Amino acid sequence: MSSSADVAKALSLQGVGQVHPNRHRALQGISLDLAMGERVAVIGPSGAGKTTLLRLAAASLRPSEGCLSLLGSNPWQLGTRDLRHLRSRIGIVHQAPPIPPQLRVITAILAGRLGAWSTWRAIASLIYPSDIAGAREVLARLDMADRLFDRCDRLSGGQLQRVAIARVLYQRPELILADEPVSALDPTLADAAIEQLVEQSEASGATLCASLHAVDLALKWFPRIVGMRTGEVVFDTPARKVTRDMLVDLYATEGALLPTQANDPLSLVLPIRVRGDGDPPSGSGSTSASVLPFHRPGPR
Amino acid sequence: MTSPATPTEAARAAGPCLACVAVGVSILAAVVASFAYLSIDYRGLFSGESARTMGKFIAEFYPPHLAMPFVAKTIWAAVQTLAVSAIGTLLAVAAGGALALPAAGRLGVVPRRAVRFLLNFLRSVPELVWAALMVLAAGLGPFAGALALALHTTGVLGRLFAEALENSPPEPELAIRNSGGGAVAAFAYGMLPLVFAQCVAYSLYRWEMNIRMAAILGFVGAGGLGAMLYFHLSIFQQAQSATVLLAMFVLVLCVDAFSSRFRRKLAPAYA
Amino acid sequence: MTTMTMALPLRDPDAKRRVTMLLVAVIVLWPMLVLAEFKPWVLFDAINLEVMSGFLGGFFPPVLSHEFLGRVMQATVETLAMATAGLALAFVIGAPLGFAMTHSLSISRIGPGPGRALGEFGRYMARAVLMLLRAVPEIVWALVFVRALGLGPASGVLALAITYGGMLGKVYAEILESSDTRPARALLEAGSGRLSALFYGLLPGSAQELVSYTVYRWECAVRASVIMGFVGAGGLGQLMDQSMKMLNGGEAGTILLVFLMLVLAADALSAGLRKLVA
Repeated sequence: MSSSADVAKALSLQGVGQVHPNRHRALQGISLDLAMGERVAVIGPSGAGKTTLLRLAAASLRPSEGCLSLLGSNPWQLGTRDLRHLRSRIGIVHQAPPIPPQLRVITAILAGRLGAWSTWRAIASLIYPSDIAGAREVLARLDMADRLFDRCDRLSGGQLQRVAIARVLYQRPELILADEPVSALDPTLADAAIEQLVEQSEASGATLCASLHAVDLALKWFPRIVGMRTGEVVFDTPARKVTRDMLVDLYATEGALLPTQANDPLSLVLPIRVRGDGDPPSGSGSTSASVLPFHRPGPR
Repeated sequence: MTSPATPTEAARAAGPCLACVAVGVSILAAVVASFAYLSIDYRGLFSGESARTMGKFIAEFYPPHLAMPFVAKTIWAAVQTLAVSAIGTLLAVAAGGALALPAAGRLGVVPRRAVRFLLNFLRSVPELVWAALMVLAAGLGPFAGALALALHTTGVLGRLFAEALENSPPEPELAIRNSGGGAVAAFAYGMLPLVFAQCVAYSLYRWEMNIRMAAILGFVGAGGLGAMLYFHLSIFQQAQSATVLLAMFVLVLCVDAFSSRFRRKLAPAYA
Repeated sequence: MTTMTMALPLRDPDAKRRVTMLLVAVIVLWPMLVLAEFKPWVLFDAINLEVMSGFLGGFFPPVLSHEFLGRVMQATVETLAMATAGLALAFVIGAPLGFAMTHSLSISRIGPGPGRALGEFGRYMARAVLMLLRAVPEIVWALVFVRALGLGPASGVLALAITYGGMLGKVYAEILESSDTRPARALLEAGSGRLSALFYGLLPGSAQELVSYTVYRWECAVRASVIMGFVGAGGLGQLMDQSMKMLNGGEAGTILLVFLMLVLAADALSAGLRKLVA
C-alpha cells in the first residue's frame, strides 16, 4: 500500500537521464514531481529535451537513468495488461497529429477510447461509429462540430491538430501530456485550444503537462512553469514568480527575441490575464529585473 | 590533342565496348542455333500444299456458329469465367492479406523470410500449372480454376500488401498502442486506413488480369470459355470455336472499357 | 462552461451507402460462388485426397534417373530455343511496324506538307495491325496452331512471333517517342530520309531502353514457352503435361523444380544483360 504522498503524484521523475542510441545526451538529472490535477508548462529553446521528457512521461521511451513513476506505478515494471491499462489513462497530444489522412474525423476522435473498448466494439465502430454524440460534443468544444464526418485529408493543418486534441479530450485521461500542441494554430485558435485543455483538466481533475513554444501562452494559462535548456531543468517556479531576466537567460541561445504568439517581445510587458492562484503580483525584484505584472481573476 | 587521362577513357576512345560486341555476336549465334535446333521443316511449313491446308483451316473459322442455344451456352461460359476470376481473386485477397502480416515482419524475422519464400513460390508457378495441379486435387471444373488463380494471386498480392505495410509510417498505429489500444484495434485504426485504398487498387488490377487468365485456364480442364474452346477445337468444330474466340475477345474488351472507370470510382487516389 | 449536447441523435451520413454496397456485394457473391462451383469440401473428398496425396507423395524423392533427366534437359533446350526463335521472329515483325508507327519519325509533325495524309494513314494502319496482333493471348494462338500444324514447337514459335511482335512494336514506338527526339527532328528538317533519321537520330539515344525491354520480353517468352507446352507446343510444358496426365508426381516435381531454376536463371541473365547495356 503506497503512502499518501506517493498516491498524490501524477508524475514523478527522480534523477532521470536519457542518452539516445546515437550517444546524444538528451536529459540530465531531471527531478520533477507533478501532483494530481496540477497544470504545468514546460518551456525552453529547441534541443532542450522537452519532447524527450514528454515521451518518457508517456511511457513511450524507457529512461536510461533514474526512476520514473506514472500515476503511482513504475510503467516499466508492469505486466502487459497493466501497462495497457496505465497507458489508457494517459493522453498524448503530439506535435504532428498521428492520424491517417484517410480516416474520417469521427473515427479519428473515437480512436481515443480504444484503450477502454473491447476489440469487437472497436471493429464494429469502424463500420458504424458507436458514439456519434460524444464525439460531436467534444468537437463542438473546439468549434469544429460541422466537420464531424469529413475525411481528415480535407482538413487544414490547424484543423487536424484540433482533431488530435479532440481525440485526447474524448479519451478523458487522468494525465494529459501535450508536446507543442498548438504550434500549427493561429493565436486565437491556439488560445482557445489551450483553454479547452485547461478546462478539461479542471473539470475532470486530470493533470496537464504541456510543452509550449509561445511563452505568453504558457504564462497565461499555467500556474507552474518549468524552464529547460540542454537537457536540464533551469527553473521550476510558479508562473507569477517568473521574471523577464529568467526568460531571457533561458532563451539566450535563441537570440534576443523571446518566442511569443506574436513574436513580439514587448507583448510580454503588457498585462495579461492568468488563471491560477489569486495572489496579487508582488512588487519585489532585483535592480534590473522587473516582475511581469499580471491581473488575476478570482480562483475558479 | 591531350592523351586520355584514365584507362576507361582510353578504352572508350578505342571504339565500341568489347563486351557489347561479344554479347551481340553470341545473341546472334543463339538465335541461329535456336532455329537450327528446332529443326522445323520450314520448306514444308511454307510450301504451297501446307499453305493451302492452313488456308482451308483458317477459312472454316468463318462464319462463326451463331445459333441461339450455342450463343447462350457461350455467354453462360463467359459468366462462369467471370465468376472463377472473382472467386479466385477474393480468396487471394483474404489469403494474401493474412500472409502479408508475417511477410511484413510483424511476427519476427524468421517468419518473414519463410512467408516471403512461400509467397515467391506461389508467384513463380504459372497459373496454368497450378490449374493442372488443382484439377488433380479438386477434379475437373471451374473450382480448380478458381483455386489456381487464388494460389498464384496470393503470392502476388501477399507481397504487394506486405510492401505497402512496410512502406507506411508507423506513427498512427504506435500512437494508439501508446494510449492503451490493443494490437488489433491499433492496426485497424492506425495502419489499415493508410494502406486500404492502395490494396484495393492492386486487387482490382489483379482481378482484371485474372479475368484474362481464367479464360485460358479452361485449356487444362478448369471450365469456362477455355474449356469450351479446347473441346470444340479438339473435335475440329472451327465455327463453334470462332464463336468462343469472339466471346473471349468481347469479354476482354468490356473489361478494358470498364476497368479504368470502375477503379477510379472505388479508389480515387490510385486510378 | 459545458456545451449542451444535441437533442437530436446524429446519424452517420455514410451508413446508407455502406449498407447498400454490402448488400450488393452479398447478392452478387452468392451466384458467383455457385457458378464457380465453390465446394471446398471437395478437396477433402476421399478420391481426390487419394489422387492428390499419391501425386504429392511422388514428389519425394524426385525422379532423378539418368534417362529422365536427359529428357528434361532436352525439353529445356527446346523451350529455350522456342523462346529465342519466337522472340527473334517477333522482332522481325514488330520492329518495322513499331518504327512505322512512331510519331517521332513523323514528318508532318514538323510542318504540314504534301503526303501528310499518307503518312498519317500509314501510322494508323501500323497501329491497328499491332493492336490486332496483341488482341489474342499467345496460348490461344498456340492451341489453334497445334490443331493446324500438329504437336511441336513450331506452333509455339509462331504464337510468340505474333503476340510478342505486337507487344514489341507498340513498346518500341513508345520508347522512341519518349526519348529525346531533337536529333531525329533536326535530321528530318534537314531533308534526310526517315530511315537515316531513325538510325542516326533516334536509335543511339534509345538503344539502351530498346535492348532492355527486348531482353525482358525474352524472359517472359521463356515462361510463356513452358505454358504453351501444356497445349502441345513442346518443351518443358508438354513434358510436364504428360507426366501429370499419367499422375506421375515424381516426374512432375522434377520438371517443376527445373522450371523454377530455369526462370531464376533467365531472370538473372536478363538482369545481367540489362545492367551491361545501362
